[in-house]
This record gives sequence, structure tokens and C-alpha cells, in this order.
Amino acid sequence: MPAPQCASCHAARAALRRPRSGQALCGACFCTAFEAEVLHTVLAGRLLPPGAVVAVGASGGKDSTVLAHVLRELTPRLGVSLRLVAVDEGIGGYRDAALAAGGGRRRAGTSRSPSWPTQTSSGAGRWTPTAGTGRSRACCTFCGVLRRRALEEGARLVGATHIVTGHNADDMAETVLMNFLRGDAGRLARGGGLGSRGEGGALPRCRPLQLASQKEVVLYAHFRRLDYFSEECVYAPEAFRGHARHLLKLLEAARPAQQQLGRAGLGPLTPPDQSFYLEIRNSGHLDTFWIGLPPNPSSVRSSPSPQ
Amino acid sequence: CRDCFRAFYIHKFRAVLGKNRLIFPGEKVLLAWSGGPSSSSMVWQVLEGLGRDSAKRLRFVPGVVYVDGSQVGLGHCGPSRLPPPLPCAARENPLPTPMMLPPGEQGHVLWFPLKSFVELLTGHWPRPILGSPVGVTPFYPHFSEGAACGQSWKDRARTLADVKLILQTVGFPWHTVALEEVFALPPSVLRCSAQEPVGTMGNYKVAVDSFLQQEHMLGAEGVGGSPNSTQGEEQLGQPCTQDPQHPAGPPPADQTEALSRLFDSVKTLTAKEELLQTLRTHLILHVARTHGYSKVMTGDSCTRLAIKLMTSLALGRGAFLAWDTGFSDERHGDVVVVRPMREHTLKEVAFYNRLFAVPSVFTPAIDTKAPEKASIHRLMEGFLLRLQAQFPSTVSTVYRTSEKLVKAPRDGCAAGPRCLLCMCLLDVDTADSATAFGAQTQDCSQMRPPTPPAEAPTVPCCSTEVGRVQNCFRGTKPCGREDSRARVIEQLCYSCRVNMKDVPSLDPLPPYILAEAQLRSQRVWLPPRASPEIQEYLVESSDD
Repeated sequence: MPAPQCASCHAARAALRRPRSGQALCGACFCTAFEAEVLHTVLAGRLLPPGAVVAVGASGGKDSTVLAHVLRELTPRLGVSLRLVAVDEGIGGYRDAALAAGGGRRRAGTSRSPSWPTQTSSGAGRWTPTAGTGRSRACCTFCGVLRRRALEEGARLVGATHIVTGHNADDMAETVLMNFLRGDAGRLARGGGLGSRGEGGALPRCRPLQLASQKEVVLYAHFRRLDYFSEECVYAPEAFRGHARHLLKLLEAARPAQQQLGRAGLGPLTPPDQSFYLEIRNSGHLDTFWIGLPPNPSSVRSSPSPQ
Repeated sequence: CRDCFRAFYIHKFRAVLGKNRLIFPGEKVLLAWSGGPSSSSMVWQVLEGLGRDSAKRLRFVPGVVYVDGSQVGLGHCGPSRLPPPLPCAARENPLPTPMMLPPGEQGHVLWFPLKSFVELLTGHWPRPILGSPVGVTPFYPHFSEGAACGQSWKDRARTLADVKLILQTVGFPWHTVALEEVFALPPSVLRCSAQEPVGTMGNYKVAVDSFLQQEHMLGAEGVGGSPNSTQGEEQLGQPCTQDPQHPAGPPPADQTEALSRLFDSVKTLTAKEELLQTLRTHLILHVARTHGYSKVMTGDSCTRLAIKLMTSLALGRGAFLAWDTGFSDERHGDVVVVRPMREHTLKEVAFYNRLFAVPSVFTPAIDTKAPEKASIHRLMEGFLLRLQAQFPSTVSTVYRTSEKLVKAPRDGCAAGPRCLLCMCLLDVDTADSATAFGAQTQDCSQMRPPTPPAEAPTVPCCSTEVGRVQNCFRGTKPCGREDSRARVIEQLCYSCRVNMKDVPSLDPLPPYILAEAQLRSQRVWLPPRASPEIQEYLVESSDD
């Protein structure tokens, strides 16, 4: 059965169906739509004011590769300049390979490769989660915290005013679920908006890809022929986030909304299903006044607890 | 040991009530009893609490309501599964522990080896206080392989008979309502009534003190016993109140059929469960309002609330978590729903019921014997309990998080439009880019996009006009069911909208919902036209 026409340009054959709406689009139209949505996110949330120097947290994985690419496309519209910052935690076989693959290839790969100032930051020296405690379950918990710290330092070194990271909708959904499961009310309170304003002297951070589902990110990378590193960290199976991720996959499977669209046309390219993030994002009206934290001197905006 | 456990259990119940001083002395409280273990335990606690000596006696006036929803039980006739055989260990072991079977195997998470339980109960168990035999419907004999969806009338009658036995044992004024009665509800159920002033600490103490003074005075006048007990006896002495409009026979067949048509038309089990929950809540609310109850107590246990919290998150009800899982839920205004069992885990409830012979009735729910992936509720339940096995603090952690959720500062009925079904403040914000993304999913070809209330004033009043508000242009299709559907949808909160996606046609819905939707949509645009003082300043445009 021949593929239907692109719903947007009506000229080319459709090459994919968007995961959420099931709309059939050709590659170019999809990429345009994706970029438009990211732009809308950034503009609506006023995340990156014109003239900002934006440090892109680049790990070499699919999210940061796509983010860097999209932001580069959007820099004329936004009026910002970009810097790449990569963090090396020293996890053997994961981070060093990613940096080599992602950084080098990206610089040499496409014809329009930017010559951005790139900074590899190693944080407080190179730390390895296995140092001292052996392989414990808890190493994933502080890996992220320390990495953010290193990212911050790297960003300052390149003179950035904002930091962006490539977290997508699935990541955000997992984060919300995970924080509920761990009872982390503080993070729930802080993570509600589109980004953080930078507390305690930290640089403002945001996540332009926050509302794009993971599938769309991968599709974008596919259609733009971006190279990225796609191995999993060796400690990932022990991380608590894995449970949240597993749950998210189960939930997506349990609520198939677009089955009738899946029957026609494009076969194995992109089985449509409804990303869960929308539900969780919409339930993420977890503004700080929803979570009553005890009044504390930190700059978290919270209402005092009841009674 | 047994006695310490009992003391601990009862103390928890009283502590929860005492910490949140919401239930005033002499207040009428409706106990929502589903027949299951948690709500039975709650009813039993109230019964015991009322029977104590005066210092520690519970001071409110209870009634019990039972909603008979067994028509929609077993709502799916999924792949046929024989119930697993009773584990042999259960029979040999004198104290069968509640088995936490992997949720995929069995319809219920916590499963009593019922046959052995019944044997023990009828054979060796001491009779409960008032001497009537306790009936527990055995689970298995009613289930046959190709059973039709829902229970047959014979099964329902049997369940109802068991229910009535227990209700008579308990002795409070009781009300049995069949779920079919949703078709007879008035639209006023969906309106938030004026809120009574919330009792602060000071009010509570004053109320309690004056109540105690009254008792003393009446006691001094030589009335036999304390006035509370005479009041209590008056209440207890009332004939079991069955609603006079509803005779003891089965509800009209057309209502039953309408109900099964409604539930059959819903495509997914998730939406069915949510709809059932909503209808049940409305029914209980109606009963409470009709009979003058100002509080409703539900028997949600800690485990159930943790599961409910995660499920609500997955369903898009994150904005309302504080109401759904908190101790008190005042979204209905005059009737407040409280959850006194929220600190008891299901395991504690099961142990208590087993050790102290709390009677309960099992009725198959809509998701009994459903496979794990059938609905989001089942999925979350399975996930959370599996995680609990690995990280034993999961359930209590999630529960504690629910305690930290604070309700929005803007409270009160008049703060904004409310969802038609769940009566929470509408949270759909079209300026939010997330819902802009969400608008993708509601493709024109699928269904009408939700129109925000802000657009309503531009809508022409007459609902018979063609080509009204909707962005989706279908040419000159005369308005009718598309518009009525859109009208209902735009008055729902986000999660109710997502559920309604699985309901292809809104016609089978009970009439009170549709009537209220109609009323509200007509009400919205009215004010701009009806303000005479600005009329003189308005320039009449030619295309108005």
C-alpha cells in the first residue's frame, strides 16, 4: 500500500507518523515542525533572552546532539550564541567513548559543523562512582548531582549566561514518577516549571526539548542524519530511574490511543502510541505552593506548611 | 501480641480523627461501606468507638451507605482464567496469613484463602456481639468460565442479603442504593453548595467543651445514661432506613440495561473504572445531602492511597492530588469526605479483620480477574507492590509525600469554574505550551479540540445555530451531538477529558450530567449581555 501524502506540504510522500497525533509527515516537514515547537517552547517560557550566551550540555548522546543541532538552527531567531560543554565523570567505557564519538564526529561530520568553543569539564577532578564504596546502588544518585556541578563550572569557564540540557518529555515524566516514589518533595517542588531560575548564584538552566517525546527526538536525529553515541552507562541497570522508566513503558503500552491509525499505511516505521508525558506533565502543576515545605532559608519558593 | 496490636490499631484510628479536628461532636457522618476489608474495618472501629465509656467515646452520629454496583462487576470477560487453587499451606496453618499473590495471578492484590476462612468462621469462630450469624459470600462458586459480564440477579440478591445481614448486625441507620439510581439523580448533585465555615482549632475546642457541658448538665438532671447514649439509642432504634422511593426489589430493568449499555460503550477498563468511581461518588454525595449528613468517611487504606496517588499522576490528575489523597476533601462544599483509615496499611487491616472477626462481604469489582495490563489502575497496583517488595518503604514514602501536598491557596466554590464530573477546579490552560502540544493529539479528524471558556462569550447564544464555536470546520453540519459533546468536553478537567476520549458517545451518560452541562454552557455567556450599566457605552457592531 503506497504511503499517504504528507499532511503538511501535500507534495512529498509521508515518511513517518508523529507518535502523538498520528499525523503523516515527510521528513523535512517533520523536522520543521519539531524545530518550530522547540522554538515555541523557548519563546513561550522566555527561557533564553536575546543576547544570552548559552552553554549546551553535550554528552554526545541523542538528546544533546539533537539539542545542539536544533539550537544551532534557531540561533538566528533567538539571537543567542552557543557554547558546548561536556562533562567527563570518568566512567570507563561510557563517557570517554561518548565524548570521543560525539565531540569529534560532530565537529568533523556535517559540512556546517560549528567551530564552537568546547569545554570538557571534569568537575572535582575525575571522580568514579566505584571509588571506595564498591559498586553500590547509590552511586547513580550523586552522579547526576556532581555532573550538574561540573556543568556549571564548565559553563562559567566559557562565559555562559544560561545552561541548556537535552532532557526530553520522557525524562521529565520519569523524574516526576521517581520523585514521588522516593518521596522527594523538595525536587518535586523545584522541578515544576520549564527550567530553574538559578538559585543561590547558579546559572539559569532550562530544557528546551522538555515537551518533545523521546521518539520524536530519535526521529529528528534520524532524518537529519545526526551521529550520536548510544551505549548505556554500566551503572544504569542499578539506578532507581530504571524502575520509573519501566513503569512509563508499561503505562504507554496500557493506553494505546491511536490504534486505528496504526492499521493503515506505514508499517514498522513508527508504531503510533501516545506518549505518557502529557498526562504527567499536565499533572505537573506541581508549583511550589502545592508542596508545603517547612520554611527554610534557601531560596526555594515555597509556602509555609499548613497548620 | 494480639492485645497490643489491637490497642495500636485502634489508637491509630482515633489519632487520625483527633489530629485533624474536623468531625464535630454530634455531627452526622456517613460511612461509605463497600463491603471490602478496609471499609468494614472502619465501620467496625466506629462501632467499637461509640460503645466505649464516655471519656473516650466517639461523639458523632454515624450512618452507613452501601452502593450496589455489582451489575458492572466483572466488566470484562477477558481470557478465561481459572482461579488458582488454594495454597495447601493455608489449610494446615491455623492462622493463614494474607497472601500477597503476584497481582497478575489474581484479581485482588490481597487475597484471603476464603474457603478456609469461611470454614473457620462458621465452624469455630465466636459469634459477633449481637448474635446474628455473619454471612460471607464465598468467592468461587459464582464464577463460571463463560460468565456473562456482570452478575446475575440471583447473585446480586444473595450478595444483598449478606450485606443486609451485616448492616443489621452493625445497627447504624443504613442505606442501600443500587448504582442504577444514577439515572434518577438530579443535576444539583454536580453543584458545589455553599461552604460551611471550616472549623478551626478554636471552634473545635469550643464545640467539644459545650458538648461536654451539655452532657454533664443532662446527666445531672438524672436522665438515664448520658444524653449521648439516649441520642444514640434514638438513632439506633430507628427502623433500618431504606429509602421509601426505592422498594426492596430489583431496580427497574431499563435502568439496569441503561447502565450496562453505558459501561459496555466505554472502550477501556481505565475509563470504566474512573467512570464507576465518579458515579459512585455522586450517588454517595446525593445520599449524604438528602439525609443531612455533613461528612462522609471512606475506608481508603494507606496502600490504596499510595496506589491512588500514582494512578492519579498517570491519569493527569496531578493537580488534584491533595484532594484525592488527603485526609479531607472539601470540593463538594457542604459535604466533606474524610479518610480515617489512611494510616493503616492493607496488611494491618487484613490482620485485624482476621484476628477480630470483622465481617465483610466480597463483591467482584470491575477489575476483578483482569490481567495486569488491562488498566492503569491495575498496572500501578502491580508496579507499586512489586517495588514494595524490593524497597520496603515505598508505600509509606509515597503516602508521606501525599501528606505534604498542600491544597491551592485559592479555596472555595466561587474561585473558578469546576469540572463537571470530578468537581475540581478546571486546570486546562490553553496558554500552557504543554496543552498546545496536547492539542496535537486531539486532531481535527479525531475529535473536537477543547475550546477554552474564554472563547465562550463570542459564541452565539442559540444552540441551534449552525457552525458554532468549534475550530474544526465540518462545513455546514448542523449542530447536534457534535456540539453537545463539545459542550460537555469543554467543561471537564484534563483527566476527565482524556477519559471521555474512550467514551465514543455521550448519550448513554446519565441524564443529570448532560442536563448540568447544558445548563452551565448556557450560563457562561450570559453575564456579558446582562450588564445594563455598560450597555450605553458599548458600540453595537454590525456583525454581532
